[in-house]
Amino acid sequence: MDALKQELKENIIEQLNLEDMSPDDIANDDMLFGDGLGLDSIDALELIVMLDKSYGIKLTDPKEGRAIFESINTMAAYITEHRTK
Amino acid sequence: MSKGIAITGMGIISAIGNNVAENYHALLNGNKGITRVAKIKTNHVNEIMVGEIASTNNEFEQQLNLNSDNNYSRTAFLGAVAAKEAVKHAGITNINTYKTGLISATSVGGMDMTERYFYDYLTNKTTQKYIEGHHAGDSTQKIAEQLGIEKSLVTTISTACSSAANAIMLGARLIKSGELDRVIVGGSDCLSKFTINGFKTLMILSDTYNTPFDENRKGLNLGEAAAFLVLESDAVVKSENKTVLAYVKGYGNANDAYHQTASSDNGDGATIAMEKALKVANLTPNDIDYINAHGTATGNNDLSEGRAIIRVFGENVPDFSSTKAYTGHTLAAAGGIEAVYSVLALQNNVIYPNLNFETQMKEFDITPQLELKEKPLKTVMSNSFGFGGNCSTVIFSKEP
Amino acid sequence: MKQVYINSVGSISAQKTFDNDSFLEDVVGYEDNVISVIDPNYKDYIPPAAARRMAKGIKMGVVASKIALQDAGLENVDAIITGTGMGCVRDSEKFVSAIIDNDEQYLTPTSFIQSTHNTVGGQIALELQCKGYNFTYVHASNSFESTLLDAKLQLENDEEKNILIGGVDELGDHTVAIHKLINHIKPEAVKSSNLLDSGTEGAVFGEGANFFVLSNEKKASSYANIIGVKLYNTLPKAEVSQTALDFLAENNLDVKDIDILILGNNGDIKFDDFYTDLQSKTFHNNQQVYYKHLCGEFNTASSFGFWLASKILKTQTIPDVVKLNKVENSSYKTILLYNQYRGENHSFTLLKQC
Repeated sequence: MDALKQELKENIIEQLNLEDMSPDDIANDDMLFGDGLGLDSIDALELIVMLDKSYGIKLTDPKEGRAIFESINTMAAYITEHRTK
Repeated sequence: MSKGIAITGMGIISAIGNNVAENYHALLNGNKGITRVAKIKTNHVNEIMVGEIASTNNEFEQQLNLNSDNNYSRTAFLGAVAAKEAVKHAGITNINTYKTGLISATSVGGMDMTERYFYDYLTNKTTQKYIEGHHAGDSTQKIAEQLGIEKSLVTTISTACSSAANAIMLGARLIKSGELDRVIVGGSDCLSKFTINGFKTLMILSDTYNTPFDENRKGLNLGEAAAFLVLESDAVVKSENKTVLAYVKGYGNANDAYHQTASSDNGDGATIAMEKALKVANLTPNDIDYINAHGTATGNNDLSEGRAIIRVFGENVPDFSSTKAYTGHTLAAAGGIEAVYSVLALQNNVIYPNLNFETQMKEFDITPQLELKEKPLKTVMSNSFGFGGNCSTVIFSKEP
Repeated sequence: MKQVYINSVGSISAQKTFDNDSFLEDVVGYEDNVISVIDPNYKDYIPPAAARRMAKGIKMGVVASKIALQDAGLENVDAIITGTGMGCVRDSEKFVSAIIDNDEQYLTPTSFIQSTHNTVGGQIALELQCKGYNFTYVHASNSFESTLLDAKLQLENDEEKNILIGGVDELGDHTVAIHKLINHIKPEAVKSSNLLDSGTEGAVFGEGANFFVLSNEKKASSYANIIGVKLYNTLPKAEVSQTALDFLAENNLDVKDIDILILGNNGDIKFDDFYTDLQSKTFHNNQQVYYKHLCGEFNTASSFGFWLASKILKTQTIPDVVKLNKVENSSYKTILLYNQYRGENHSFTLLKQC
């Protein structure tokens, strides 16, 4: 699980061009959207593609992403349960 | 200086007809042009529906008497066909008798050929002719050439899905100021893999018929189309004894300044655009008899637009409907398509039904017009909103 | 009808033009067939959260517009009108190649969104929170002049007070590669100073962003007064001179009233003869200036010419590097600009000292 969380942080930084950040800057329970990391709805769409490409999880409704992408913890939990690759 | 901006000709090609008469017939009879995509090979074929035009590029080539070495994109073909109909309809025989310009709108431009030959260009000399046809201005230059417009003001607007409405706006301004006597305005966009996949990444494409202003709407259907209007000054109308179809009475453009693609929850930009247009037209909200809404059937647009309409019209929201269920969302051309439909509504005193509607949206209690309705119309408002927060409203009227 | 003034400038180009305190003092010479801009420190102008998704074209446009606003002493404007021939072409390339390479799978929205031509104008509005009129013109070498015409009409009519206009285009690798194939780009590296004598087909491609605040209120710091702008989709070579003279006559001016003629020559032997008549006959006795050796050719390169004209009128100096002939004036009151690209989309612009 910890390895997955580290991997997620690295992928998010790379995918979303968070140039000035390192994985250590993101706590596992930091809010990714809104007041936390400040991600927005376009980032959510980018993360949906990441789920599909890296973990074989397909979301059809962007609204589903809201709960999943709340924090690194919620993402890791969801991926662990649903990943197909 | 011209006070009135007269519309004296119209031309259109869309998924519901190859000319004005066919489009009007389909509107009256509730004939949708939405199908599975046939001309573009895409993996998403079973996940999307589109408003596709039946004619092939080869057929357009013949219709326009072009040699096979032409480098027309489908955007240019569609635009040339619609613009020629508009000029013919306006009874123009020598286009250079008056100072005549062309303002066209496109978002796709020559992307259909670019995506087809992207890597092929590097090795195949025969396809390289399309390289020059990629940029958005190229289709406009070709339409101007087809119309015989020379040594004149020709330009292209690209503000995503409000583009053609903005072309009408600029055209009206150019006539009002005396810069031109006559101007052909409108837009053209063909279907492409680029836009299909682009909108797919935004997850706003419906897998079935689009349902504007419905609670359970699933997104938009992309469409391809072109439409043009001929605008003329009072002086030209008078000296040529022209029949005027309608007038461009008001117009307004504003920016939502909220998000790169989405509209704000309260429709700030849309509200400002409608208010500006009413002000230019010197009309009050009560004067508007029908709104041809942008109504793309995305969750975001219809909510934001509906709220903006309520902000502008309060308790007295006029009859409104979206015609996107007929044609699909034709992107940069949409404002031109819906301008033609608005003028036809005025001429025939009809309001088109908002097809595919089943369930009232829960956020507000305004309901689009669901049946074809006959009613005397004096003024029609048409909304077009696009990415980049771009919001446009044009008002058409029977009286100058 | 109100008069229209250029109240500020902001330029990012292949020269160090982003600093408004200098005027081509350290000119950078190139020997290439494609030249990129000299980047300002974008981070000084754009917060990292906003910048992370921005394409180069957006960054250039946003920063050039911020420089222009600063120069005008304004926090905001009433309207934003942008010109771009190709938009953020790198993202268009990226999205098309991703569609093909990944067979329509795993595509992400960012490059699609940034491919939309009005993305620069939209982002400037977003950054400034400007809810006013926002148009984008995309008509090849007349993209910038379209913004100028639109803004001029609105300011003359007093519909708005301050309008931000600008031209922006970025270089993209694939676009460059295919334009080399069709000889729109010169086959050989050319020294900037030899551009007009290269004797070969094609141009040296460039990129840049040049933004301006236009206003119908003159200030002590205003750069120039805009007298007129005319666009032509086509213009036969033989009619260029007469069209220029007619344009001057419409504005009650004569050849002798023109202190400087600024021309858009790009060293393409196939098309530079559109300028020959003006250069060696009609305006033979007027001082002449050129600029595409400094900024390269791109759809909105004429916005760099407009920047140059603004700076000349305000500073009353002409850097030696842009002089095209030996005629020298001591003061500069009226400037005529002419540009075209590959024989299409011609424009004439008239500016006056104010």
